[in-house]
Amino acid sequence: MSSKKKKKLSPTQQKYQAYAKIREPKRPVLLNSIRAFFVGGIVCTIGQVLQWVFMTYFNFDEVSAGNPTVAVLIIISVTLTGLGVYDHIAQWGGAGTAVPVTGFANTVASAAIEHRTEGYVLGVGGNMFKISGPVITFGVFSAFVVAIVRIAVKALGGM
Amino acid sequence: MLQGHQSWIFNNKPVILSSSAVGGPFEAKGPLAKDFDILHQDTRLGQDSFEKAEKKLIEQACEIAIHKAKIKKEDINFFLCGDLMNQIISSSFAARTLAIPFLGLYGACSSSMEGLSLAALMIDSKAAEYALAATSSHNSASEKQYRYPTEYGAQKPPTAQWTVTGSGAVLLGQRGEGPKVTCATIGRVVDMGLSDPFNMGTAMAPAAVDTIQAHFRDLNRDPSFYDLIATGDLGRVGHRIAGDLLRDHGLEIPPEIFTDCGILIYGDKQPVMAGGSGCACSATTTYGHFFKRMHKGELKRILIVATGALLSPLSYQQKESIPCVAHAVSIEM
Repeated sequence: MSSKKKKKLSPTQQKYQAYAKIREPKRPVLLNSIRAFFVGGIVCTIGQVLQWVFMTYFNFDEVSAGNPTVAVLIIISVTLTGLGVYDHIAQWGGAGTAVPVTGFANTVASAAIEHRTEGYVLGVGGNMFKISGPVITFGVFSAFVVAIVRIAVKALGGM
Repeated sequence: MLQGHQSWIFNNKPVILSSSAVGGPFEAKGPLAKDFDILHQDTRLGQDSFEKAEKKLIEQACEIAIHKAKIKKEDINFFLCGDLMNQIISSSFAARTLAIPFLGLYGACSSSMEGLSLAALMIDSKAAEYALAATSSHNSASEKQYRYPTEYGAQKPPTAQWTVTGSGAVLLGQRGEGPKVTCATIGRVVDMGLSDPFNMGTAMAPAAVDTIQAHFRDLNRDPSFYDLIATGDLGRVGHRIAGDLLRDHGLEIPPEIFTDCGILIYGDKQPVMAGGSGCACSATTTYGHFFKRMHKGELKRILIVATGALLSPLSYQQKESIPCVAHAVSIEM
């Protein structure tokens, strides 16, 4: 918790939180990191294998093989989400399953499935990007800022 | 009758004529499975949404309770019900089906004992001949409302709890056979400034401690009066903190009689992290498991302290901390 937030707490609240803290189980950070390293690595290796398959058997080059590779990973992730398996893998693998392609597909698919009961327009359409929306918003905005910086540097005679 | 500052003694001893517990597939795998009246294999109960399934759970629990008591639905004067959904839709919609004069309650997971204490008060004051109190929660519906979509892959910390899918109902009457509601202590809202929705046990423990202390102070009783004192859904984390806090405050409850519904309802092998939670956690455990044990004669006097975290997804996003409440009801055979 940030120190700014702590200041607002009364001494009794602070005392209790310290009291509770030592009695709570800790997140197993090291174990989680190791699992995330391997799970994330496995996902990336699958991606690498797919890219190799597309390059070797389907006449793609290194750049153009990217699109079908990502598409296959998305299909796998969405299928696992639909079958109710992905959240269990994520509970075990943690941050490893948040690797952009599969993690992102899972956020969109899970929200779409969840809100199917509220109809296609207000439910699926309105909620599909509920979790992934912030990523898109800030991703696009960051890209915009970086592009402006690059143009400015170029105009000033840099690069 | 008021006793002390915040407790009621029910001199006319409202009788629990019948009770029921309905659960889902996850509860069916738990150690208390045999104490449920119905266990569903499908979390949707054949309905097309989780919210509709939750309504169905309440309807079934109420039907079973009414059926067991062998009285007519029309004879019941009042129906008190609460759940976790926004605008307590599950309760209101079940009340539409039941067509019994209805009071909707919201005390988050403390709704079970809130309903039971108010129903007992009605019976005790002769404001009702029969009163039905019920509550429910649904794991997927709660996750959807409070946290993330059910299939979303996010890692939960070890302090997280698993919302029970189920519903419990009790039917109270003026006279008859069964356990009697003898007194109740209404808790005040306690907020220790915690704001993590994945750590409700820690947030709720002080509220439970406050109510338990008030109960023993108001009634001038000792914990040894009870065969069992159970908190609602503190889970392994919150229950341990509550036990330590009580001891530090000079109220030692022997560990063999002090338990938590959130710990009892699921087995050690089930992936529920710190334990169960939700309105149905204390409701199904009490109305199913504990009442069966009372009927068998294993328990004579029990105190149920249902704990509730009164947060909303909006208050959490606005960086508000989690206010908590607990209500205690004493039941004697």
